[in-house]
Amino acid sequence: MVDYALISGKGLNENIVRQISKDNEEPEWMLRLRLKALKHFFKTPMPSWGLSLDINFDELTYYVKPTERKAASWDEVPEDIRKTFDALGIPEAERQLFAGTGAQFESQIIYAKLKQKFESLGVIFTDMHTAVREHSSIVKQYFGRLLPFTNNKFAALNTAVWSGGLFIYVPKNVVVDLPIHNYFRINMEGIGQFERTLIILEEGAKLDYIEGCTAPMYSKASLHAGLVEVFVKSNARFHYTTIQNWSRNIYNMSMKRALALNNSVITWVDGNFGSKKLMKYPCIILKGDNSKADLLSASFAKNNQEFDIGAKVYHIGKNTKSRILSKSIVKQSLTNYRGLVSIAKGSVNSRASVVCDSLMLDNDSTSSTYPYIFNNEPSAISTHEARVGKVEEDQVFYLTSRGLTKKEALAMILLGFISPVTKELPLDFALELNKIIRLELSNA
Amino acid sequence: MLELRDLTVKIDGHVVLKNVNLNIKQGQVHVIMGPNGAGKSSLALTIMGHPDYKVVSGDILFENESVKQLPAFERARKGLFLAFQTPPEIEGVSLTTMLRHSLKSLNKYPGYKQFMQELDKQAMLVNLSKKLLGKSLNQGFSGGEKKRSELLQLLLLNPKLAILDEIDSGLDVDALKALSNIFRARKQASRSCLIITHYSRILNYVKPDFVHVLINGEIKASGDEHLARKIEEQGFKQFLK
Repeated sequence: MVDYALISGKGLNENIVRQISKDNEEPEWMLRLRLKALKHFFKTPMPSWGLSLDINFDELTYYVKPTERKAASWDEVPEDIRKTFDALGIPEAERQLFAGTGAQFESQIIYAKLKQKFESLGVIFTDMHTAVREHSSIVKQYFGRLLPFTNNKFAALNTAVWSGGLFIYVPKNVVVDLPIHNYFRINMEGIGQFERTLIILEEGAKLDYIEGCTAPMYSKASLHAGLVEVFVKSNARFHYTTIQNWSRNIYNMSMKRALALNNSVITWVDGNFGSKKLMKYPCIILKGDNSKADLLSASFAKNNQEFDIGAKVYHIGKNTKSRILSKSIVKQSLTNYRGLVSIAKGSVNSRASVVCDSLMLDNDSTSSTYPYIFNNEPSAISTHEARVGKVEEDQVFYLTSRGLTKKEALAMILLGFISPVTKELPLDFALELNKIIRLELSNA
Repeated sequence: MLELRDLTVKIDGHVVLKNVNLNIKQGQVHVIMGPNGAGKSSLALTIMGHPDYKVVSGDILFENESVKQLPAFERARKGLFLAFQTPPEIEGVSLTTMLRHSLKSLNKYPGYKQFMQELDKQAMLVNLSKKLLGKSLNQGFSGGEKKRSELLQLLLLNPKLAILDEIDSGLDVDALKALSNIFRARKQASRSCLIITHYSRILNYVKPDFVHVLINGEIKASGDEHLARKIEEQGFKQFLK
C-alpha cells in the first residue's frame, strides 16, 4: 500500500475545493476563483459535440497528494508500458520517474542547476502552486484571462480543482534556449490530473519549450483535464512541443490557448498517441498585426482509441498568417479532425491554410473532418484541403523489393507520412517518436 | 543464376503467363521483348514476388533454389532486384533514407560516411540531381528522374540479378550512355541482367546474349540480337500465329 498525505473523498463539492486551496496555502483570490468556477461547473452542461463521454463526476477523486511522489510501486505498472520502456531504451532510474514511481533525487539536482541559470536571466520557472504563493501579483494578472472558466465545463472543472502544472515567465528580450524538456522528462511533479500551466513571454522574448514525454505516462486516474495559457507579446517567439502519451485507460480533455501580439511567432507541434478518448483543440489568437502561427500535429490512434482533435485560430490583427497541418494515422479506431479558422473583419490581408491528412491502415477505422472556416474579411484568403488515404500495396511492395520486411516498410511509410511534423522536433525527440511508431506497429 | 521452369501465373484468376521457360546464367544479359499487354511487367513482378501474382504451376529458381514461396524482401536479400517501370511515390521517404535501410537489410551498409560518399558519386554517374536524394520518393520527379533513381539504386545495391522494366524510356542520350557503362561493368563483374522492353532501341547500348519474344504471356521465339533486328523491321505480328 502507498501512503498518501491527503486524499480527498469521492465526488466534487465546496469542501474539496477549499481543502485543495488550503493545502497549497493559496491567497484568498485563488480560492474565490476556484469556488466561482465550481459553481459554473455545476450549472454547465456537457459539450454537445465531440466524443460521447460517460463520465460520472461523483465517482472521481479530485485531489490526491502523495507523501512522496511514489504513486505506485514499479510492479503495479502495466505490462505494455514496461515493454515500451524496454523498447525505448530508457534506463531503469528514468523509467520509474516516468511512471511516477521513482524518487526525485536526480531531477532535483538538474532542477537546481536550471533554476540558477534561469534566475540569473530573470526568468521565473517554477511549479504553479509555488507561483501562486510567491508571484501572486503576476499570476493574478494572467491566470484565466485567456481561457476563462466560463469557456466550457472542463475549463470550469480545471479552474475549480487544478493542481500541479508549471509557471514560466520570460522577461523582455530574454532568450531561453535551454533543453527544458530534459527537466520534464525526469521531473513529473508538473503533471497532475488537472494540471494548470501558465506561460508568459514579454516583448522580444524567446522560449523553446517541450512538454510531456514520449514514454507512456501511467496514471490511475480516469479523467485528465489540463489547461495551458500562453501569452506571447510583441516580437516574441514561442516554440511549443507537446507529446501526449498517456496510458490507454483515460479520458483526456486538453485545453490549450495562446495569445499572439504584434510580430510574434508561435510554432505549436503536437503529438498524440495515448489516452482512450482524447479531445484536444489548441487555440491561437492572432491579435497582433503581422503575428504568425504554425500548428502542426501528428497522431496515431489504434485499438479502439477515439481522438477528436484539431486546432483553432482566430485572426484579428492585420497581415496575420496561420498554417494548420494535421497528420493522422488510424488503425482500428476513430480520429476526427475538428478545427476552426475565424478571420475577423479588419484582419486585412491575412492568410490561413488548413491541411488535414488521414492515413487509414485498415477498413475498420473511421476518420471525419469538421473544418469550420469563417472569413469576414474580403482581403483575407483561407484555404482548406482534406485527404483520406490508405497505404498502397504498391508502396509496400516497392520497399520490400529493396529488402525491407513488410513491417519495416509500413513503419517507413508511416514515418514518412508524419515527417512534415516530426522534422520540427528536436532530433532526440524525433528519434523517440520513430521508435514509438515502430513499437505500435509491432504491438498491433 | 535465374531459371524459370514452365511458369504459369494468374492475377485475379486470369492467366498472365503461360509455361514460361527461361535460363539466365551468371553474367548473361537477356532481353524480353513484346507488345503492350504481352505480360512483360507481370513477368518482372512475378520474379520479384509481388503478392498479387500467383504462381499456379512451374517454379522460379534462383541459384538453384526455389524462391517462388519467398516474400519479396527475402528474394531481395538473396540478390534479386527490380528496376520498376513506374515506381510509386512515397511521401516523406527519401531515396537516401530508403537506400540506407535497404543496404542495412541486405547486410551491405558500409557505414554512414562511406555510404554518403558512394551515394554522391553514383548519383553523379547517373546524372541525378543531388537535391532529389533528400526529397520524397518520386514525388514531382520527371519520367527520366524516376528512371535515374532506379538506376542509382541498382548501382548501390549491386544485385546478382537485375530486372530492368522499360528502363530506357524517358532517358536522354547521356543517361543512355551511363546505362551502357552500367551494363558493361555488370558483365565484367559476372552479374546478370534481364531487360524488359517494348522497343529495340536499348540494344544500341547493350549486347544481349539472348532475346526472347513474349506475346500473350508466352515466349514465342528466342534467339540472339538478330531477332531484335527482325522485330524492328517487321514488328511483332510475325509471331502472332
